[in-house]
Amino acid sequence: MTVTELLQSPAKDLLNIYFTAGYPHLDSLCELLPALEAAGADLVEIGIPYSDPLSDGPTIQQSSAHALANGISLELIFKQLEETTTQIPKVMMGYFNTVLQFGFERFCQRCADTGISGVILPDLPIELYLDRYASLFEQHGLSNIFLVTPETPADRLHYIDQHSTSFIYAVSSSSTTGVKAGIQDAAPYLKGLQTAKLKTPFLVGFNIASPKDFDFACQYARGGIIGSAFIRYLAKQNDLHAATTQFVQHIRQLQLS
Amino acid sequence: MSTTVLSPFQVDQKGFYGDFGGAFIPEMLHGNVEELRQRYLGILASESFRNQFNELLHQYVGRPTPLYLAPRLGAHHGTTIYLKREDLCHTGAHKINNALGQLLVARELGKTRIIAETGAGQHGVATATACALLGMECVVYMGARDIQRQAPNVARMRMLGARVEPATSGSQTLKDATNEAIRDWINHPETTHYIIGSAVGPHPYPDMVARLQAIISAEIRQQLDGLPTHIVACVGGGSNAIGAFYHFLDEPEVQLVGVEAAGLGVDSGKTAATLALGTQGVLHASLTKVLQTADGQVVEPHSISAGLDYPGIGPQHAHLEAVKRVHYGGVTDQEALDAARQLSQLEGIIPALETAHALAYLEKMNFRREDRVVINLSGRGDKDLDTYMQHLAL
Ligand SMILES: Cc1ncc(COP(=O)(O)O)c(C=O)c1O
Repeated sequence: MTVTELLQSPAKDLLNIYFTAGYPHLDSLCELLPALEAAGADLVEIGIPYSDPLSDGPTIQQSSAHALANGISLELIFKQLEETTTQIPKVMMGYFNTVLQFGFERFCQRCADTGISGVILPDLPIELYLDRYASLFEQHGLSNIFLVTPETPADRLHYIDQHSTSFIYAVSSSSTTGVKAGIQDAAPYLKGLQTAKLKTPFLVGFNIASPKDFDFACQYARGGIIGSAFIRYLAKQNDLHAATTQFVQHIRQLQLS
Repeated sequence: MSTTVLSPFQVDQKGFYGDFGGAFIPEMLHGNVEELRQRYLGILASESFRNQFNELLHQYVGRPTPLYLAPRLGAHHGTTIYLKREDLCHTGAHKINNALGQLLVARELGKTRIIAETGAGQHGVATATACALLGMECVVYMGARDIQRQAPNVARMRMLGARVEPATSGSQTLKDATNEAIRDWINHPETTHYIIGSAVGPHPYPDMVARLQAIISAEIRQQLDGLPTHIVACVGGGSNAIGAFYHFLDEPEVQLVGVEAAGLGVDSGKTAATLALGTQGVLHASLTKVLQTADGQVVEPHSISAGLDYPGIGPQHAHLEAVKRVHYGGVTDQEALDAARQLSQLEGIIPALETAHALAYLEKMNFRREDRVVINLSGRGDKDLDTYMQHLAL
């Protein structure tokens, strides 16, 4: 299934899990993707490690540095994806420069070949995307996913909405990833998004760490995105498959009860 | 200061210099960068800004700085050489021009908190100074390794009331300090202005910094009767160089020369010669030339001078190289050290290690007797005495 199909389905309380490719081990992706699918995550975000991840807090900075030291590269991520068969919708998240060096056309082609249906490049602003890359993404059936923040003014929010296809990534607060405790302060902002009459559904991400945070996000949005908390959890475990199952169950406990 | 610049060498409507520039920022920074983009030209052109800035440059920084005719250095090279004495600015380098200007812009934008990055500590000291003068909170990010290497400047910043925050990520030098400053800005978008220390970063920073440093070339034009034949400046991010070039860019007969730090040699693997070796890529939100791997991971540079130890370069310089308006060359650590000693003993002026790169490049140029060469003497060498003691057996 593609990310756009998932978001067009009636499914709600969508759990989107981010992990850094190449972490904790070079080929952990091959283990984590089936584990996340089996555990019942709805969507995965595969992080492309970059030496200078400006939007990320310490957890993802460290997992990225660790993955690069393990020898990961975008080329290798695509190879690993070829070796893994999962149906779970998959998007890639990374920084513009990594994709620029790989070559945008080649990147889009490889995404299409390996079952990637969406891309998040936080440092590629929408204006530049529309100017330079939108037609390439469309040709390859890729959904480009934009971020909005509590500071995004209404006109810009609607502009972004207009050009969004699968979902809008609602950043829970003005921050880098995984540095603030919880998202409960975001209520007025999330309420605003909920009532903004957007055509595109949104998922909430950044600083979701607990079942309570996830449940809170789901009250306003189609689901939540968890990254740093999952990475921190993996860091302490040896059995990645078991850890993934436990983590997903733990996060979903308020929905299941 | 004009608000519309129609020059092939200046930034276009979309924030690009030819193939370079732009603002590759995450949405979290959009509000701040967009506000700056919409307002900086108006603020810089306003009478109140110009009055305050000129007053500070005159009364506080000590401008205009002399354009000193250096007879013994000139005789050594068989031509006429002038030194533009930015080393005589308060705090000892050109960095204060930019720090004061941006602080006034920040105040106009209603910001109450200032952040900055620093490598050698020169821009950190300049920003801490400006913040002390205008009563603003100041946080300076500095690589943990640089904090150890540049202890006197750390103490100066603290003496001036700034908080110095160690950047412990990555290689713990200037690039990482810049990353941390940008992350701080993402986390404090409403109160904070980020004073970038060179002509780098997302549009409009490279243009704003260039305009603030352009005072250097404006003064050279007034101080020199007629045009110089050459202007030579060192290039880290490129702020002192663009300041010295700015008002001569559209004078094709003036040869402009930028000097990068080649470290142990351009081909040694330990270098900061970004234009010589870099490829097009994004660093700190600007599309420019970057020292990087084929995978797009940023490579750690090396230079003996902490102020040139940067894996990118301002996008305007990348463009000026591409269109061949400026010639860029490289100088090794050792050549710079030798040139620093030479200037000290020929003219009684101890230059900063960064500046010494510009001086060393003179040995690689051919001059005619009737040439008139201006060297931008971007800073003084007090901060580098430890390095000079170590490497020159003083
Ligand atoms: C004296 C001096 N010159 C030059 C530089 C390099 O910076 P830029 O290329 O922005 O002038 C520095 C940076 O710290 C400096 O302190």
